[in-house]
This record gives sequence, structure tokens and C-alpha cells, in this order.
Amino acid sequence: MSDTRNISVVVNGKSYQRTVDTRRTLGDFLRLDLGLTGTHFGCEHGVCGACTVRVDGTAVRSCLMLAVQANGKSVQTVEGMAEGDILTPLQTAFRDRHALQCGFCTPGILMTMAEFLEENPAPSEADVRDALSGNLCRCTGYQNIVDAVLQTADTLRKTRDAA
Amino acid sequence: MMSEKSFGTSPKRKEDFDLLTGRGRFVDDIVLPGMYAAAFVRSPLAHARIKSIDASAALAMPGVHAVISHHDLPATLRERRLPLFVPHPTLTSRMQHALAKEEVCYVGEPVAVVVADNRYLAEDALHLVEIDYEPLAAVSDCKAGARPDAPRAHADLESNVVSRMLSSVGDIDAAFRETPHVFKEEIFQHRGGAFFMECRGVIASYDAVEGALLVYVSSQGPHRIKRALLDLFDLSDTQIRVVTPDVGGGFGPKGSFYAEYAAIAACAMMLGHPVKWIEDRRENFVATHQERDQYWDVEIAVDAEARIRGLRGVLTHDNGAYTPWGIVLPWISVATVPGPYIVPAYHIELRSVLTNKVMATPVRGAGRPEGVVVMERLMDRIAREFKLDPAEVRRRNFIQPSQMPYNVGVIFRDGKQVVYDSGDYPACQDAALQTIDYDAFRARQAEARLKGRYIGIGIGNAVEGTGLGPYEGAAVKVATNGRITVSTGATPQGQSHKTTLAQIAADQFGVSIDAIRVETGDTSKISQGIGTFAARTAVNAGSSVHLASVKVAAKAKAIAAKLLDVREEDLELRDGYVQLAALPGGPGAASDNARQVRKSLAELAVVAAGMPGFAMQDGAEPGLESTAYFTAPQSTYANGTAVVEVEVDIETGRVTILRLVLAHDCGMLINPMVVEGQVMGGVAHAIGNALFERMLYDDQAQPLSTNFGEYLLPLATDVPRIEIVHQETASPLNPLGIKGAGESGTIPTIAPIIAAVEDALSPFGVRILEAPITPQRIVELLGDAALGRTR
Amino acid sequence: MKPARFTYHDPAAIADVLALLAEHEDSRLLAGGQSLMPMMNFRFVQPAHLIDLNRVAELGYIRADAGTLAFGAMTRQRQIQRDANVQQACPIMIEALSHVGHRQTRARGTIGGSISHFDPSAELCNMAALHDAQFVLARKGNQRTLGFDQFARGYLTTAIEPGEMLQEIRLQRWAKPYGFAFEEFAMRHGDFAICAVSVLLTLTGSGAIDAIAIAVSGVAPTPQRLRGFEAAARGQMPGHALCREAALQAAAIEAMSDAYTTAAYRTHLARVLTYRALEKAVARFKSQDMT
Repeated sequence: MSDTRNISVVVNGKSYQRTVDTRRTLGDFLRLDLGLTGTHFGCEHGVCGACTVRVDGTAVRSCLMLAVQANGKSVQTVEGMAEGDILTPLQTAFRDRHALQCGFCTPGILMTMAEFLEENPAPSEADVRDALSGNLCRCTGYQNIVDAVLQTADTLRKTRDAA
Repeated sequence: MMSEKSFGTSPKRKEDFDLLTGRGRFVDDIVLPGMYAAAFVRSPLAHARIKSIDASAALAMPGVHAVISHHDLPATLRERRLPLFVPHPTLTSRMQHALAKEEVCYVGEPVAVVVADNRYLAEDALHLVEIDYEPLAAVSDCKAGARPDAPRAHADLESNVVSRMLSSVGDIDAAFRETPHVFKEEIFQHRGGAFFMECRGVIASYDAVEGALLVYVSSQGPHRIKRALLDLFDLSDTQIRVVTPDVGGGFGPKGSFYAEYAAIAACAMMLGHPVKWIEDRRENFVATHQERDQYWDVEIAVDAEARIRGLRGVLTHDNGAYTPWGIVLPWISVATVPGPYIVPAYHIELRSVLTNKVMATPVRGAGRPEGVVVMERLMDRIAREFKLDPAEVRRRNFIQPSQMPYNVGVIFRDGKQVVYDSGDYPACQDAALQTIDYDAFRARQAEARLKGRYIGIGIGNAVEGTGLGPYEGAAVKVATNGRITVSTGATPQGQSHKTTLAQIAADQFGVSIDAIRVETGDTSKISQGIGTFAARTAVNAGSSVHLASVKVAAKAKAIAAKLLDVREEDLELRDGYVQLAALPGGPGAASDNARQVRKSLAELAVVAAGMPGFAMQDGAEPGLESTAYFTAPQSTYANGTAVVEVEVDIETGRVTILRLVLAHDCGMLINPMVVEGQVMGGVAHAIGNALFERMLYDDQAQPLSTNFGEYLLPLATDVPRIEIVHQETASPLNPLGIKGAGESGTIPTIAPIIAAVEDALSPFGVRILEAPITPQRIVELLGDAALGRTR
Repeated sequence: MKPARFTYHDPAAIADVLALLAEHEDSRLLAGGQSLMPMMNFRFVQPAHLIDLNRVAELGYIRADAGTLAFGAMTRQRQIQRDANVQQACPIMIEALSHVGHRQTRARGTIGGSISHFDPSAELCNMAALHDAQFVLARKGNQRTLGFDQFARGYLTTAIEPGEMLQEIRLQRWAKPYGFAFEEFAMRHGDFAICAVSVLLTLTGSGAIDAIAIAVSGVAPTPQRLRGFEAAARGQMPGHALCREAALQAAAIEAMSDAYTTAAYRTHLARVLTYRALEKAVARFKSQDMT
């Protein structure tokens, strides 16, 4: 009765084979089938950005993608950022700058900003605000998030210069 | 090694690592064995009678376990309605059933619940439950609803006006008789919802063997949820445990007890399986409490020097369909109006009106921003009438620091007179004005106008009752392995309690905050609790943590003093030990020997725990632990000034905030970083309220704002850089001198945004007596002037 | 907010898509999913068959010919933004795309999806109107090409028939140099426009209008060209009077209203934004001439 497919997805470097309902969203697949609950649903209509994950490197809304559409692709979620207890510079900057309060929107913002910084390593404040405008946060007023992203760009630049 | 005081510093948050790595645990992240998923059938009509419910098609679906409506519920839930926690003598209360019985009174009211293997299946079945409704006339607008000939929001109501409460101080008639300077305004205000990013959610699990009900709920206080469940289910205190895990924002509405919680608990008990319900965003728009409409018809009397003599009027408040918080919300609005100003006579009639909309209960600011808008609009009117600078009018009316404590005379919702404990309101406004370079603004404005740019400035002052009672407790315990735990009934939703409460305890134990475990939101960890709302946790829970930690530390010293044979007053707590204080020249000064004269907290806890068969020493109470329930004698009053500079594009009506300064005084800062975060988030909320957020309903009370494409929250591109100025006036009402901070960004900030827009448009004589103000409305108010160059 | 059941198909070739479309009457094509997926999550749309175009590689391309710029329907908005040909040949498209949603939605959203959905406020629909777009519609066994006026049928409605798919969108390129402007008013960055106005123009050596196109979207159920004004403006000197005339023509478009936005405000925005857009396009043309 239900339409299912076998899919094979690499998530955070690990390969998974699962049989899924074709109507299952990618976000539900990550949360329910793989137990990766770091990806959150805030609206399920593509506006809030909380569910943003990276599919083959591209930051996308996981509520607007079906799990079957990730077949054969590589997905990164917030769980795949830190190596063990070592936070990435972006995560560290979020902590340093108090860029999260309740933390519910944070995974989607981290995913979006990580992609953004790879593409735009020396952003202006206006660039960051533009890139952040697809993610809703009700707690922070965004300022500390913007500052954390700018700090990360700075940190990464110094690391590159040193290398 | 911990040596400096933690209070007043900004250590990195204890919460962050988990939240940044996807290891947070929100209610939807919890999976229990055999758990089912639920979805609610909700009323599509604002007011109707339920004629019949046919669930047979839904029940026949594979994977569907139950479809439960009112008549299927356990007897206690059929007989009882949800409890009213804050009754009031003037209130005719109307409380809801767990599932609607015969009449539905708002779109979104739960009528039945479908329980299935998963949410996809539950939603499939939802559409197969057939309900026959007989539509009834609905009340949409509260002012219209207050008229005697209006349809009734509930069929059996005598009047939709369910409370009339007078708030009265001084001789109001004399005040208006004795001066010719009387100014009248009609102000309409709308505030939308909380729109936390994590929607509500609950899991209930019933262990039939133990007779134990376990409830996980995304809330602002598990103890009140437990209290409601006790009222509804006739279980004993120890049979119900309510746990609130990580919470993705609350802002007020997660502090309510909802019909869904009772229904889900009933499902778990009836089906013998854990049941999870996670509200989706569509439900959130119709079923989570919001704030909404207030109509203020007010007039103010001032003397020839623009000093207030009296203020009077009527507030008509849209309460929604039921009264879960009584009249708390509009009452706070009324009590907030006088603010930092001397108002010798005050007379407001509050009319709370039932409408066929989801309930209006406190959202961040809890009615205060509306009160501030009323007063500040009147202040600006006075300035215009007297051709005075708006800042000067406010200066002439400020309560002076020398008048503290200052009795406003108004009765607050705690039943006590509003008595401001401390604060320097003139200095706060001056600090904000100085930061934004107010004195130079008129020159800037004139220069901009020459270039066809319209900029304006506005001021908002507010005094905010914080740290509301009755109490919030803390249990501080040193385990026999030396580990320190703080448990409190308060529940964070982003406010960083695990960090700030640890800071308070850390100072008494002489340890880093990493050595303190803070447990929140579990009714099994501490007996009593109220919850996190009304900017009350730092004051109440913070003070309790302090008092309990002081007691535990003293107990540790007392035991150590006996064991070491030294005087208690020569001891200190440091890094997990009680040792001779290393004061310069003191008995423990730096000698190796002296440093070995110490006892670890673990050793002391073992002694305090007692030894089997031995009597406790000197009748000491067992355990290195203490529980404190700090009760403040009254609210402590924080204050703030927001000054906002905007630019208005007169052709499109677009408002751009150029600068926003917020000077505020929330007493002593436990953690400046956290306070600033609270302020900035609060300001963003006010920006939404002032410029974007509108819940629209049609004339049959059908909600027209049901998604984030229609209801607009401010984005990163809408919120400017916020400049914060701290003042610290210690509150005399608690041991740490703190006041609440969680709403201080929101409360004063709507008013000055509106004022600044009006100021920018002053060449066109535009008057703004409403909030929010949208570009479309600005263009309407401008009329032909908005045609600009196309005229 | 979970989608209802459907049967999922993910063909890899256009021919297979068309065969599936012919076979299944109750079906929807899934492109980037940035509009269809929300509607499915809300269960406003519950197709029995979902035909996913994301594996159809031959639908993703940008081709710059002499007179046209052709886009395969599955070309992502982000891909268009980053395309050197588009940046060079059609800079107004880049400006318009900067208003389309947010980076995560542009990463998935496609030009074909946006135009098939045909939201009256959508920037890409405005671009299609402005550039006298042609739409290649394919069905099993045949193909037809429609101009904008034949394609645009009404609110969220196009000439695409059941069994048919939008395969390619061809914009008529303007030869450089030309002036352009895209003026939009939305409540917030990335929101659907309440009104957007786009202008392309060239001036004669004496500074008079030579050729001009103006498209106004968000006001009427479909994007509108100011054809009357465009014809009358040729040979006229651009300035306040002409900008005002364009503004009045834009204001004459019969406007829609909804719960949030009145027809009067839409009309007003059409008026002031048209003035601004025309003024800006003229200034841009002139500044190009000088360089």
C-alpha cells in the first residue's frame, strides 16, 4: 500500500542503506530512521531554515526534500561538524559570541553559514545578514550570530595566512 | 583553579557544547519503546455546535490505534475542565475541556485525537474523521463583542465582557477639573504570538504496574503542568512526574497548560503505550496562545508646566475564547501605564472581552509593551501640544531617585500596591540620549530633509515589575563523592540558567562553574516549582541558589572546623576543599603545612551523611545539602529607556531603523553576556511587534495568518545593531541585588519605533495611534504626500 | 504537516517524463520543490503520482545564442546567478534573482519550477514578461512554443496542460549597451514582492528613448507589460515628465487585494516603483555611454 524505495545515503561520512516511504522527508529520515535528532523542524514549509542540512555540500531545507531524493548523495548534518570534542571554528565562535540561546535554530544556521563561509571567506556584515536572512531565530536578535560568523571568517583567514 | 568571583563575569555557557553539536534533547528527540504518534482533529470554525462525530473510516485505517473524542475520555476529564490558576473576583471564567464537548469556540480547538503508529499515518486518518458542525455566529472584534447586541462567544454567556476591573488612584475628577490641558487619544494595539522556533510538544507514558504517569513536555514550568494533571486525573502526588527537557524558546505561551496535554495523558493511560504529540507549525498558528488586540481610549490632564495631573480611560482587551490566565495580561498592561512618571490620579477601567479566537495570554513583555505605548504616545502628544522637546516633557514628569521607594498606588496582579524599590529613571534616559547624540539629532534631521530624506527619533521609557512571586526553589546538594548539584523548578528556554545559576553557586563553593551540575525542569528533583516567566528566574531561583549554597557551605565549614579543630571563620571553600583561608597574614598563609589542613567536600559529605549505627553529631541534619525557597516580599522593578532613529521612505512607506539604543537597569548583572543576549532578542521581538507581526482574522474570526509567509518575523536584515547601556542599581529586595532582564528589550521598544516614524513624518502632520505600523498604513496616512515625485 | 501518500517516479530522461505524464492523469512534476513541497506538506496538494525531475540532467542548461538566452527548466536559480554568460549578457536577471527567496531555496529552486508555479509576484515571471520570453512545452509525441501572452493565463495559471511539461524558457536578449533597472518592494528581504518593476531601454544618440520594455509584477494576477507606454515613449526625451507618465500607466493596472495588502497600495507601489525604475535605467544607460 505504501510506496517505498531502497536508498543508500552517506551521512556524515557513514554509509546507510534503508528502505523508506517515498513520502518521507529528508529531515524525517535523518531524525527518525538514523536517530540524528540534531536537525530540527521549525516550520515544515521551507521558511524558518532550522532543518537546513548540506546535500553534496549545498545547504538546503531538509523539510522540502524527500529522503529518496538523497539516494546516492552525501549529506552533512550538525552532528558531522565537530571532530569528537573539538568544535569547528564556526561552532567555537558561536560559543564565544553567545550566538545561541535556546539552540533550536542553531543547527540550521551552522549548516547555512558553514556553506556561506566556504563560498565567501571575507564577507561584510551586510553579506552575512543577507546570507542569514533565510534562517529565523526568535531568541538572539541575530547580532551575536552575525558577529560569530564575522569572527569565524577572521579566524579562518588568520589560519590560512599562517599556513 | 577557581579564584575570582564568577558573579558579574561572562563565562562561556555550559549549555552550548551540546546544542552546537546536535546533542541537545528536545521533546521531539525523545523516543520511548512502543511509542505512538498523535494528531488532533481541530475545529475549522470559530464558533459551532458539534452535531456528530464519525471516526469509523479513520479507525479502519491500518496503523491507526484510536480516535478519541470527548465522550471517550476518562470520567474525570469529561466532568472537569482545565484548571484556572489565577482567579479574580471580577472574572466570569470560561475554561476548556480536554476535548470539546458540544460547542467549539475557536478555530483550532481540539475536538478529537488520532493515535497511530506514526505522524504520517495519524495525519492520513485525521482527514477521515467526519464531524458535522452547526455554525454559530462568531465574535471576531473585541470592541464589537463588548456591545450588548453582539453575538455571544459561548452560547450560554450573558455578556462577552467577562471582567470589568477598575484601577484607581487619587481624585481623578478633581485632576481633570482643575486643568484646561486635557488630551484624548484612541490607540489600537495588536501584538502577535510568541512564535518560538520549537513548537509545543508532549509525550505521556503510563506505567500501569507502578500506576505512574510520566510526562515530557516542552514547557516553562513542569510543576504547574503537574498540578493541572493532578487536578484532572485524581492521581497522588508521587504518581505523576513531569519533565521538561531542552526547550526551543517559550516567551510566555509555553507557560500555559493546554488541552492537548490532558488529552495525550489520557491517550497514554487508555492505550497502555507512550503517546507523542508534536505540534506542527500550522497547529501552532491556531492553537498556541497569542497576545492580540487592545483598544485604549484614554485622556491625560496636565498642568501649565506639562506635568501630569491625571490619566483616565478604558482598555478593551481581546481575551480569546477561554480564560486560562484570568485577567493577568490586561491587568499588567493597566499597571504598567504610569511607568517612570508621577501620575497623581489614575483611573482605568479594564474590560476583558471573550472572542472566538485562540486565547490571549502573556507573550514576552506580557501586556507591558502596550501600557508603555499608551503612556509614551501621550507624552509625545503633550510635547507637541506644548511645543516642548519630548525628552524634556519626560524629564518634568520623572519620579526622582530620591523618591525611592515610590508607591505608584496602582494594585498589581500580585494584589499588592506597585511600589518601585529602586532605580534612577532620569539618569537612564540621559544615558540613552547621550549615546545616540540626541542633542544633535534635530540638525541631522533638518539636513536630511533638505535631501528629501525623512528621519525621525523616538523615546520610550518603561518600568517593569520583575521577579514575580511566589517563589522558585533550589536544592543544593554535595554528594558523598563531592559532586555538587543544583536543582530548581525553573526551566530555561534559552535563558542560560545552567550557566548563571552555576555561577551563583560556584561563588559559595569556590569552584568553577564546570564543577556545578544544574538540573532544571523535573518535578522529581525538587518538590515545588513555579516556572520561568515574567523575568522571575534570576531573582527567585537565583536567590534560592545563593541562600541554599550559603547554607551548605556553612555546614561544610562547621563539620570541617570540628574535624580540623580550627575556627569556622578561618576556613574557606576552594576547588572542592574546605581549608584554612589563604588570606595574607591569616592563619593559612601559604605554608605547605597549612595547605594540608583541609578536608575535601567528599569527605565532609560522607561525614554529613552519617555512619550506620552512629548517632549524628550534635543532632546535625543529615546530608551536605539544603533546599531554599526564596520568597520576595514584592516584585522588584527594573527600568529602561529605548531611543530609536528611523528613516521612512515616504513613497513606499518602508521604515528602516538606523540606530537603536537601549539603556536599562536590571540590577546587578550575574552574567553581562547573557543579559545582553536577552536584551537584544527582546529588542528584535519589539521590532517585529512594531513593524511586522500581525495575526489577521476575518469577520467570522477565521485566522488568515497561518504560516511564516504571511506572519512575518523579523529577519537578520531587519534587526539593526543594538547599542546597550547598562546601569546597575541593586535591588534591596533580594540578597544578590538582581532584577529581571528577560523582557527588558521588548517592553520599552515598540513605543519609540512608532514615535520615530511619526517624528520622521512630522512635516506631513501624520499621527500614528496604532501598532504595528506597516508600510501600507504609512502610505495611507501620508495620502497624496506618498505620491512623492509621481504626483 | 506530512505529505499525503503518492507513487514516486524519478525518470532520468525527458522522454520518460513525458511517457509518465501521459500515463498518469493525477500527477505533479517535482522540480526544485520550494513551492510544491510546502503545499504537499500542508496537504493543499495531494497528487497520486509525483514525477521527480531532479534526475533529468538534460533539463539543466543555460544556452546563450545570438538573440536568446535559453534555460532548461531544471536549471537552478543559484546556477543562473553564478553563470558568467548570464552575468555578462543579462545583468538584470542577476539583480532580480538576488530578491528570490534565500540561499537555501535558490540552491534547489529552478527557473522552470518558478515559472510553472506562476506566482504573480515571482521575480522570474517578471523577467519572462520583460524579455518577451518563449516557452517550450513538451508532451509525449509533440512540442509547442508559446509567447508570454499566450502562456500567462491568470493567477497561478499558465497554458501548461495536463500531460504537458515546461521544457525550456527562452528570453529575448537585448544587445548591449542598454540601461536596466529592477525595483522591488517586499516586506522583508527575500519575501515575494508586493510589487516589482523592471525596465530595459536604449537611448538614441540625442538621448531620446529608442527601445523600451517595462514589466510590472505583483499587482495584477499576471505580470503586465506597459505596452501602451512603451510604444508612446519612443522618440521622447526621458525626464520627470516621462517617468511620471510611465508611473501613471503602471497605476492604471487593475490591482489585486488580499488579507494583508490592499489594491490601492499595490497600485501606489506600481506607480512609485515604475518612476524609480525608469529613472534608474536611464541613468545607467547614460553612465555606460560615458565609459
